[in-house]
Amino acid sequence: MAEKLPNSIQLEIVTPEKQFYCGEVDAVTVPGINGYMGILPGHAPLLSELKIGVITVRKGDDEERFFCSWGFAEILSDQVSVLAEQVEAASEIVRGEAKSDKDKADNLLKSKDPDSDFAAALELWEKSVARLEVSAAEKQ
Amino acid sequence: MPGGNLIDLRRRVRSVRNIRQITRAMKFVAASKLRRAQERVFSARPYANRMLAVLNSLASRVEPTGHPLLELRDAEKVMLLVVTGDKGLCGAFNSNIIKSAVRFIEKEEVNESLSLTLVGRKGYEWFKKRPWPIKHQYLNIMSRIDFSYAQDIAGNVIRYYSETELDAVYLLYNQFKSVISQEIVLEPLLPIRRLEQVSEQDVLLDYIYEQPPAVIFDNLLPKHVETQIFRAMLESEASEQGARMTAMESATNNAEEMIDKITLHINRVRQASITTEIIEVVSGANAL
Repeated sequence: MAEKLPNSIQLEIVTPEKQFYCGEVDAVTVPGINGYMGILPGHAPLLSELKIGVITVRKGDDEERFFCSWGFAEILSDQVSVLAEQVEAASEIVRGEAKSDKDKADNLLKSKDPDSDFAAALELWEKSVARLEVSAAEKQ
Repeated sequence: MPGGNLIDLRRRVRSVRNIRQITRAMKFVAASKLRRAQERVFSARPYANRMLAVLNSLASRVEPTGHPLLELRDAEKVMLLVVTGDKGLCGAFNSNIIKSAVRFIEKEEVNESLSLTLVGRKGYEWFKKRPWPIKHQYLNIMSRIDFSYAQDIAGNVIRYYSETELDAVYLLYNQFKSVISQEIVLEPLLPIRRLEQVSEQDVLLDYIYEQPPAVIFDNLLPKHVETQIFRAMLESEASEQGARMTAMESATNNAEEMIDKITLHINRVRQASITTEIIEVVSGANAL
């Protein structure tokens, strides 16, 4: 072993509006374009786009979840920077709204109406599902 | 100093005092809005910087000529995106930026083929009476700037550009320097030009890419345009509040000066009339 691996990750999540999160964490899971990626300290440098999904941050026994829409992540061995267009903590999510969004998207997707915007409906569905997941995890 | 009788002068002092109160209140309002706008400018910077850093490091890895947003063409059809304020009473803020816009249009000699996108009501009110076509205008959004507006504007601009309805897009806005100074800057927005090859040290860092670098690069470029527009809007808002604060401060000072002057005049007039009265009484008594 040439180099000692770092013990923690310096995580930074920024949105166009503000710095959303900054701190030392033990592990991060991000919704990469090809599926979720778990990142531990000492990860090889990686660059990936992020899609709609849930960012999970583990710190000791605590786990925090954030909703994330499009973004990208730059991963270094002891540092993860996430640039996301929209990030929301569980406290910012209105469950009722997310639920009604999901129902609306479900109906749109089921209707098979050739006029409806399939991509937009799918995006709405993905967003609402991710939001629901974040806020559900918070409740337990 | 204007003449007039005491009652008129007192009325004037009162009205100037009212004006002073209003300008002072506006100054404080602008100051608090400025603080918020300034915070937003600062908190938006990390995102923009990171974005640029990643783009630059990607640019050295992919052949950066393929993407339509990087394609250089003869600038025949030009769009100018001007960010002004929605409200007045901020000194020469709005007229300065409009003047620069006109200077740009005249200098580039792009009169025929120029179109405008205007953010802010003041710019729109001025340009709508002018011959240049306005493609889009965004009014009354400066007090609640949201990233979605920037996305909307960028979406339009990028669409025109990739359909070759436009050959170049310039962004004109006030950059926030400090509370008392702002600088008008003209930035080429499209085609994207500012990608530099990164330094040796960064190149050594070989990333694993989840997707081909070219794909990430292509997806990032439009986002970069959005970020730039968003930043310009935030900078302009902060500059506007700064300009308003300065303008209102000097208006308050001017009002104070005026009050002092008129008060002095009132006192003189009063003193003079008392003196005349005394003289009249004394000379009246002497005559007896």
